[in-house]
Amino acid sequence: MPTASLAAAMTQEAAMTRDAASAGTRVSFDKVTIAYGSSTIVDQLSLSIDPGEILALIGPSGSGKTTALRALAGFVRPIAGRILIGDTDVTNLPPYARDIGMVVQNYALFPHMKVEENVAFGLKARKAPSELIKERVASSLKMVGMSGFLGRYPRQLSGGQQQRIAIARALAIRPRVLLLDEPLSALDAQIRRNMVEELAKLHRDLPGLTVLYVTHDQVEALTLADRIAIMRGGKLAAHAPSNALYRRPPNRFAAEFLGRANLLEVQLGGHEQGTPYVRADFGGAILLANANPQLRQGDKALLCVRPHDLVLRRGEDHDNTIEGTVHNLQWHGDQHALTIGLGDDSIVRVVSAPLREPPAPGTTIALHFAAEDATLIAHEAA
Amino acid sequence: MATIAGDLGKSVAARAGRRVAGSAWIVPPLIIIAALFVYPLVLIVRQAFTDADGLVSLAPLLDVLASRSFAGALVNTLEIALASTAACIVLGSVLSIIFSFVPFPGVAFVARLIDTYIALPTFLVTLAFTFIYGSAGIINAGLMHALHLQLPPVQFLYSAWGVVLAEMTVYTPFIMRPLMAAFSLMDRSQIEVASSLGGRPSYVLRHVIVPAALPALLAGGSLCLLLTVNEFGIVLFIGAKGVITLPLLIYTKAIQESDYSAACGIAMINIALSLGLFTLYRLIIARIGKANAAVVH
Repeated sequence: MPTASLAAAMTQEAAMTRDAASAGTRVSFDKVTIAYGSSTIVDQLSLSIDPGEILALIGPSGSGKTTALRALAGFVRPIAGRILIGDTDVTNLPPYARDIGMVVQNYALFPHMKVEENVAFGLKARKAPSELIKERVASSLKMVGMSGFLGRYPRQLSGGQQQRIAIARALAIRPRVLLLDEPLSALDAQIRRNMVEELAKLHRDLPGLTVLYVTHDQVEALTLADRIAIMRGGKLAAHAPSNALYRRPPNRFAAEFLGRANLLEVQLGGHEQGTPYVRADFGGAILLANANPQLRQGDKALLCVRPHDLVLRRGEDHDNTIEGTVHNLQWHGDQHALTIGLGDDSIVRVVSAPLREPPAPGTTIALHFAAEDATLIAHEAA
Repeated sequence: MATIAGDLGKSVAARAGRRVAGSAWIVPPLIIIAALFVYPLVLIVRQAFTDADGLVSLAPLLDVLASRSFAGALVNTLEIALASTAACIVLGSVLSIIFSFVPFPGVAFVARLIDTYIALPTFLVTLAFTFIYGSAGIINAGLMHALHLQLPPVQFLYSAWGVVLAEMTVYTPFIMRPLMAAFSLMDRSQIEVASSLGGRPSYVLRHVIVPAALPALLAGGSLCLLLTVNEFGIVLFIGAKGVITLPLLIYTKAIQESDYSAACGIAMINIALSLGLFTLYRLIIARIGKANAAVVH
């Protein structure tokens, strides 16, 4: 029996007996490089996903995130490096032998099959016994709240319902890894919000399931992912636990891409005695920010502060306060968004709860932020 | 009041006059259609029911239907058409799958080249085949020279198999065209997801790709069957012994034997067969349209 066939048989046998809540599987990209002709799409990607973890892979268009997912699925073969699922090197295994479930943006349900047949597809392909197929189809559809739709065709379902069926189909085979490729992009905003909550609940029900979630939607990534990896130009720009990556972005790209942080060019001073903060000179104003061990006194750096961490002040004396002029003001219902020009021609964004007396454009205003909300990023890392 | 009624009457009369004048434009095209399309068929039907004395009779048609030559031609026609269509479906499906899913440099050029066969006269392929498989063709000449044979060993071209081979070559593009169009419209992510779920290539082919392309295959196949039933040039050009099809029998009866009643009787059967197949083709096309509309909605 060829190696691929043997591996396929073994993984398929394992999948049939695997329990929904079984321990998860680690996924590793080990210096993976993918190229189409002379164009390198993914460059030396090294990244691992812990068992039972949701890792969101985000990045701008063309950053290589979907290609990395497709390489893990087996649709693209790396020219260098290895991909491991558990202890198995799957780099050269065909997709059907990798034991993965996959959900894509356009659902990819089989239009000539009823819901029941769609969900049973993977199990039938693996020649599972009919009792198991029946049981798995029922439990998978129950998991996504679609038990009553067995006899429907995909065209008789809404977009959200189709995506639930696609998820049930992927879960029915009890995959070691679930790949979600922009799974909610085709849905409208309200359904997308509901689906994010449902996906979060699903993962709570299946804590052992390792998930790679490719998305361009930061809210989805921040809501669902344990960790976030950001790709840029085929390389891994940053990766860390979601909260840490948002609160303490390691570089300018991560700060700007995830949450559109404000970045102020500063020169570092010394430590503020008795605090974990350092002083940063911003055009003569001394600001306090969390210390970055990689930066030293005198270094030029970027002070990163999130739009919602900037607070508007009038006539009050605060530390960590900068002055600026209101350029633009927009009301979004549940919040006000302001763009404020600072003295050095830089512009910062401020997001605030709805203001009772919003400042008119042209008004000079003071902005305050807490030192613990400010991060320093090395200027050369920009 | 009288003036208003008068004006109204004039207006109605003017509108009716315009309608009549407008309707008059329909007459010339109807005459052309009747003269070109309907009248010749009426003549065939009338001739089919006219005996040697010029009287209307069922006898000529019944004689034809009872004749051994007609039965043989009908069987030959159906056998060759079905065999050719089956061969076209197999070859067309294989080539379409390869061209659509196994891309290689120049695939578009090769697909277009095959496509151009639709534009060629059918007997041209037969003529080309005589240079390859004919008695004095490349293969026979080569084998006779190599094996020191007195007679050409390959003779299949002058049999029903030769007709099937030629028809397969000519009509395979009729299968490939709709099939490749269907494959190009197919959502590739369905194939990828099927594969990721554990479907091996043959399983995905049988359960995902073929069902998606089945309407196109049926449409191409029924059109192919319709064309092969009526194929005349290839059969005549090959001139295979004992391979008489309905179109060839009509030709023989009308041109060589001047038996127009028999020729028209056979032609009526041929027309009925063609119309039956054409109806089948239209039904399939309509069904595909409905299925596509349902998917869109």
